Amino acid sequence: MRFTRYAAALAAFGVVLAGCSSEAGNQAEKQADNTVAVETETSFEAGTTMAKLSEAGTMTVGTKFDQPGFGLLNPNTQAPEGFDVEIAKLIAAKLGIAPDKIQWKETVSANREPFLMNGQVDMVVATYTINDDRKQKIDFAGPYYEAGQDIMVAKGNPLGIKGPEDLAGKRVCSVEGSTPAENIRTKYPQAQLILFDVYSKCADALTNGQVDAVTTDNVILTGLVAGNPEGFELVGNPFTKEPYGIGVPKGDDAFRNFINDTLEEAYADGDWAAAWDRTAGAISGQKAPEPPAVDRY
Amino acid sequence: MQFFIDNFPLLRSAFLTTLSLSLLAGLLALVLGTVLAALRVSPVPPLRGLATFYVETFRNTPLTVVFFFLIFGLPQIDFAVGFFTGSVIAVGLYTAAFVAEAVRSGINAVPPGQAEASRALGLSFGQSLREVVLPQAFRTVVPPLGNVWIAMVKNTSIAAGFAVTELTASLQRLSNANAGELVLVLLAVVLGYMLITVPSAFAVSRLERRVAILR
Repeated sequence: MRFTRYAAALAAFGVVLAGCSSEAGNQAEKQADNTVAVETETSFEAGTTMAKLSEAGTMTVGTKFDQPGFGLLNPNTQAPEGFDVEIAKLIAAKLGIAPDKIQWKETVSANREPFLMNGQVDMVVATYTINDDRKQKIDFAGPYYEAGQDIMVAKGNPLGIKGPEDLAGKRVCSVEGSTPAENIRTKYPQAQLILFDVYSKCADALTNGQVDAVTTDNVILTGLVAGNPEGFELVGNPFTKEPYGIGVPKGDDAFRNFINDTLEEAYADGDWAAAWDRTAGAISGQKAPEPPAVDRY
Repeated sequence: MQFFIDNFPLLRSAFLTTLSLSLLAGLLALVLGTVLAALRVSPVPPLRGLATFYVETFRNTPLTVVFFFLIFGLPQIDFAVGFFTGSVIAVGLYTAAFVAEAVRSGINAVPPGQAEASRALGLSFGQSLREVVLPQAFRTVVPPLGNVWIAMVKNTSIAAGFAVTELTASLQRLSNANAGELVLVLLAVVLGYMLITVPSAFAVSRLERRVAILR
C-alpha cells in the first residue's frame, strides 16, 4: 500500500519534470530561431560611447528581474528574459556585442536614475516611463513601447472596481518610488496606498487578501495575471499613457541618437515585432501593436 | 536646506515609524529574550530543549525570511496581522534569540555559589533567579544588550520591503524623486538612524558605569 503511494508520487514527479524540460527545450528552440544577427564589422567615431562599448565588447544593462514578459530572471540560465531584454540585445547587436557578452544588472523602480548617474550601468531598459522630471537627470531614447496604468484585482472582481475612481477607501498596492504610486498619491489621494519594494510582493498580498487591488502599468499586470490566471484579473481600463524609454546618461546625445536609429531600423525590418511576439506577446496573447514614434527631443 | 524643508513631513513620519518599530520590537525582544534565557538555564530538560530550539531556529534564519513568513505565510493559514504589527513581531522574535544568548552569558557570569547559597536559604528556582541571579546578570549584559539594540534598530530597515514606510522606505521614495540630491537624501536617512543609535550608545555607557560592580 505504502509502496504504491510512493511509486505514484514518484511517477507524478517524473511527469512534472518531463513537462518542465520539454517546455524549456521549446523555448530554447524558439530563441535560437529568432536571435538577431550580431554585427561583425562595426566602426564608430572615436571617443563616442558606441566606440567605447564596441571596443570593450561588453556592456552593462539595467533591467528588471521580476517582470514576466519584460524582464524576468530565468533561474536555470541566470539570465533575464523578456521584451526589454530583447530590445537591449537588439542595441547590443548593433554595437557588435553578442547577447552572452551583456552584463545584466537588476534595477528596481527606485534605483534606475542613481545607477545611470553613477555610471553603474551603460543603459537602462526596464519598463522605464519617460517623464520630464527624469529627463532633468538622465536622457531617454525611444519610446519603444507605450503602456498605460491599469488595475489588477482578485478573480471575479469581488469589489466591483472598474477604474481609479473606485479605489477610494480601498487598499491599493504598488511599488515605493514608482510613477503609478505617485499618480495614485497625487490624483486619487483617497485610496489607501500600500507600498512594497517589488511587484511580486503585491501579487502575494493580493492572493492573501491583504490588499484589494494592485496598480501599475498594464504590461506588468498582464505578466502577473499570466502567472496566476485563476487568482487575478485585469480591470482593462488604462487611465494614463506611459511611454517606455531607454535610459542613458544625461547629455550623451550621440548614444541616444544611435539607439533611436537602431529602434527605427528594428521597427522597419520587423525585428521589433518579432521581439514582441516571442516575449510579452507570447504571454498576453496580444499581437504586436503599432510601434510608437521615436521622440528625438 | 530647501530639500529638508520640503521633505520634512515624510522624513519625520518615517523617523517616528522607525522609532516606534524599534521601541516596540525591542520591548518584545527584551521580555521574550529574558524568559528564553531563564528557560535555557532551567532544571527541566524539556523547557531547556524548547528554548534552545527557539534560539537556534531564529538565530540561524535570515531576518528577511522571518518577515516573509509572518507577512505572507501566516495569512495563508488564516492568521493575518497588519504590516506594522507583523514587522514588530518579526523583528522582536528574531532579536529575542540574541537577547536570550546575551542574558544567558550574563547568568553564566554570576558565580554558581550565588545560586547555590540562595537555594540553600530555601528560595525556589524561580525566586533565586528573580531575586539573586538575574539582577546581577543584567549588570554584566548591559554592553552586549546595547550592541543587540543598535543592531536591531538597523535591522528594522527590512520592514521597508514589507509596506512599512520607515526611514529606508523614505530613502527609496526620495532617492527616486531627488536623484540629483542623492547625497542629501542619504544624509537625512543616516541622520535619522543616528538620532536613535547615538543617544542609545551614550545611554548604554552611562548605565554601564552606574550599575558597574567591582568584583
